[in-house]
Amino acid sequence: MMLSMRKKIVFYVLLIISALLLAGPAIMAIVMSFMTNQDILTGRLPTAFTIDNYIAAFDRLPLLQFLFNSLIVSIVIMLGQLILSSLAAYAFVFLEFKGRDFLFYLFIATMMVPFEASVIPNFHIIRDLNWIDTYAGLTVPFFATTFGTFLLRQNFKQIPKELREASLIAGMGDFKFFLTVVLPVSRTSLVTLGIYGFLTSWNMYLWPLLASTNDTVRTIQIGLKQLQTQEQLNQWGVIMAGAVIVIIPTLILLFLGQKKLQKGLTEGAVK
Amino acid sequence: MSMIYPTIETNETYLHQAERVKRQNQMKSFLKGMLFLLPSIILFSVFVFYPMFKTIYLSFFLTNAQGATTVFTGWDNYKALFVDPIFIKSVKNTFLFVFYTVPPTVIISLILAVIANEKLKGIGFFRTVFSSTMGVSVAAASVFWLYLFNPTMGLLNKVLETSGLDAIEWLTDPKWALIAVSATTIWMNIGFTFLILLGGLQSIDSSLYESADIEGSGYFYKLRRITIPMLSPTFFFVITVSIINTFQTFGQIDILTQGGPANGTNLIVYSIYREAFVNYQFGAASAQAVVLFILILLMTALQFKLVERKVHYQ
Repeated sequence: MMLSMRKKIVFYVLLIISALLLAGPAIMAIVMSFMTNQDILTGRLPTAFTIDNYIAAFDRLPLLQFLFNSLIVSIVIMLGQLILSSLAAYAFVFLEFKGRDFLFYLFIATMMVPFEASVIPNFHIIRDLNWIDTYAGLTVPFFATTFGTFLLRQNFKQIPKELREASLIAGMGDFKFFLTVVLPVSRTSLVTLGIYGFLTSWNMYLWPLLASTNDTVRTIQIGLKQLQTQEQLNQWGVIMAGAVIVIIPTLILLFLGQKKLQKGLTEGAVK
Repeated sequence: MSMIYPTIETNETYLHQAERVKRQNQMKSFLKGMLFLLPSIILFSVFVFYPMFKTIYLSFFLTNAQGATTVFTGWDNYKALFVDPIFIKSVKNTFLFVFYTVPPTVIISLILAVIANEKLKGIGFFRTVFSSTMGVSVAAASVFWLYLFNPTMGLLNKVLETSGLDAIEWLTDPKWALIAVSATTIWMNIGFTFLILLGGLQSIDSSLYESADIEGSGYFYKLRRITIPMLSPTFFFVITVSIINTFQTFGQIDILTQGGPANGTNLIVYSIYREAFVNYQFGAASAQAVVLFILILLMTALQFKLVERKVHYQ
C-alpha cells in the first residue's frame, strides 16, 4: 500500500506533533535538570548549562544507595519471576497429571485479587517474618506471577510434544529437557518477560513505601518522593534531576526492548 | 473349558499389574507436576490467597495498632463504611476518576496507534516515543506534573497567563484537582495502552485492506469498516485492564494531592492506605479493601465474559 505524498506529509505532521506533546513533560524535566535555579524561577529559556542540580541531588540523599537497591530489587524479582513462571508453564504445557486443570484455574483466580486489596495482611506477614527493611520483603511477594506463567505457556505450547517424548526415550529427564531444550528455544519470551518484570519492579511505589522504613533497602522511587517532600525552597532543578535519574534506566530498557515487549504483551493480551 | 481358566487368571493379573503401574505412574506424574508448580503455589498461597481471606476476616473485627484482632464486630465495619461520608466520597471519586481517565486514554492511544501503524520511514522511532511513558514510573510522572500544575511557576498557568486567562489552582481547587490527577494518569497510561492497541492493529490480516483497496475504499471507510471492528477484542481488553488499573491508583494521589483538597481526590486505595497505615484501623481498612476487591472482581468477570464472546465471534 503506497501512500501519496500529501498523505505522507499529513501523517508525519501528526506523528511529530503527537510525539512532541507526549514526550513534552519528560523533555521538560531533562532540560530543567540542567538549568540554573534562577533560570527556572524566572521562567525564561535556559541561559546556562549546569550539572549542579545532579550534584545537589546526590548530595542531599544517598541516591546511589537507592539506585543500587532498586537494581537489586528489580533484578531479584525479574529472576524470581522467570524461574517460577517457566517452571509452572512447563508443568501446564508438558506434564499431564490429576488436578492440573484445578491448579490452572487457581492461577487464573490470583488475577482477580488485586495486590492493593490484600496489602494489609501482606504487610503483617512481612513484619512477622522480620522482613521489613530487607530485600526479601521487597521481592519475594512478587515472584509468582500468573501473567508470566501464561505468557511463557503460550510460547512453550509451540514446542512439539514429540520432542519431549524423544528426549524421554533417549533417557533425558523432564528437568534436563526443560533446562537444555525448552528454555533455550524460548529465549525471546524469557527476555520479554524479563524486561516486563524489571520495568514493573523498578517502578513499584506502594509496596516499597510500606516495606522499607530506612535508607538501607529504600528504592529510588521512594527516594524521589523524599527528595520532592524535602525541597522547601522550590528547587525544581534538583527534583527534576532526581526524576531523570529514576527514569533513565527504564527508558533505555524500553527503547531496547519495545518491539519484543509489544509482541509479548499482545500475545498475553489477545490469546 | 478347563483350558480357559488359566488364561483368564493371567489376564486378571496382567490387568492388576497394569492398574498398579498406571496408578504408580499417575502418582509419579502428579508429584513431578507438583514439583514444577510448588514454588508458585506456595507463594500464591502465602501472598495472595491467605491475605485475601485474612482481609475478609479482619473486616469483621476491631484491631489494635499491631493489626491483631480485638473485638468481633460482625457487619459493623461495613455498616459504618456506607454511612461514612469520606468513604462514600472516595468511592464516588474513584468512579469519576475512571470516567475521566479511561475513555481519554483509550481514545488518544487508539489515535496514536492508528497513525503509528502506517508503513513510513522512521516509524519505529515514533512507536518508541509513544510507548515511552510506560517506562516512566508513577513517582517520576507525578513529579513532572506537580511542576506543570504549580500555581505560580508551572508551565500550564504560564500558558494561561500569556493567553490572558486566569491562573488555576490545579491541585488545590476542588473543581480541578481530580481532573489534574486524571491528566497525569492519562499521560502515564498512554504508553502501555498504545503498545497493546498497536499490537492489535498489526495482527489484523492485511488482505482485508488489500481487497478494500481494490474496491477503491477511502482511508476513513477502511478505518470504520475494517480497523475498528477487527480491533474490538483488543479494545475490550485494554478498556477492562485500564479500568482495573485505575481502580488501583495510589502513587499519583500520594505525591500530587495526598487525597485533598477536602478529600476531593481521595480514591479507594489511598483511603485504605490512610485508614490502615496512618490511622491503624485495620478492620475498617479491610472492609474498604473488600469493597475494592468486589469492584475489581466484577470488572474481571466482565472481561472474561467479553473474551469468551470474542472467541465465539472468530
